[in-house]
Amino acid sequence: MKKELDQIDKELLNITQRNFPLIANPYEEIGSRLDISGEEVIERLKNLKETGYIRRLGGIFSSKKLGYVSTLVAAKVEEDKYYDVAEMINEYHGVTHNYRRNHKFNLWFTLIAPSEEELEKQFNEISDLTGIKTLRNLPATRFFKLGVNLNMKEDQSEKEVS
Amino acid sequence: MPVEIDEIDKIDKAIIREVQEDLSLEARPYRKIAEKIGITEDELLTRLNRLDEEGKLRRMGVILHHRESGYSFNGMGAWIIPEEKREEIGKLMATYDEISHVYERPTYPDWPYSLFSMIHGRSKEDVERVAKDISKKTGIEEYTILYSTEQLKKVSMKYFREEE
Repeated sequence: MKKELDQIDKELLNITQRNFPLIANPYEEIGSRLDISGEEVIERLKNLKETGYIRRLGGIFSSKKLGYVSTLVAAKVEEDKYYDVAEMINEYHGVTHNYRRNHKFNLWFTLIAPSEEELEKQFNEISDLTGIKTLRNLPATRFFKLGVNLNMKEDQSEKEVS
Repeated sequence: MPVEIDEIDKIDKAIIREVQEDLSLEARPYRKIAEKIGITEDELLTRLNRLDEEGKLRRMGVILHHRESGYSFNGMGAWIIPEEKREEIGKLMATYDEISHVYERPTYPDWPYSLFSMIHGRSKEDVERVAKDISKKTGIEEYTILYSTEQLKKVSMKYFREEE
């Protein structure tokens, strides 16, 4: 940890995670809930960004409601071409998360595209990359739980994906 | 049948393109964005509130770096579960506080796992304990836990970029 959070920082992070007001002067409004000035809210948020607590402050949109489609893809990648393949996959801007995992399917990524056709096209392009042995498309067919707020404990990831 | 999407016009798209970036830390953060798009601050806020009501904007606010704020470990549980039991077991998994996401996904001969559960904890042991508990409760013994051993990419999706 680079910095100890004080009580106001913690409350500020909770408010800015869940109840960020959609008004012209949001920082002033948040300040009034915490009994501090808008300037202090801004200073504290700057600090929390610099110290690495906050990854981003902005809008998080629902890919589904914007008409986008998403999927999770599992790949078996030859080890000697692994990073070349990963780099080529990462060039797709709809690839938002990509991880090596401890399995024969050793590379897992999420893919978001503006339409089914575009998703299929990109999936097929990727399956043709040299070094990919197998590519499996794993779009969610049912949702039982879609991400929860672990209250200051979790990155409530933008992972709405797939 | 395709999912119905309410009209998203050019101005909405321009707003989304701006608001999905970092909101500036100044007293009136939307004013500059409105100017750039060529609308008033009022119109921008009206539209943003509409996008919020329609659920297109899931939320405005901060995204934390989770390694720096607590729960540092997670594992993706993948379970082999017969079709007729998935509903019941999926719902059971959803009741765990340590589990943030539960999905059903298609299976393949080389990937027979149908349910996915993202399990969080402070250590690998925490994650395994949750999986064992589910296994014990459900009698499902065929499962695996996938851990990310290397992050190759992690970014926020940028929408409507292709139309810029």
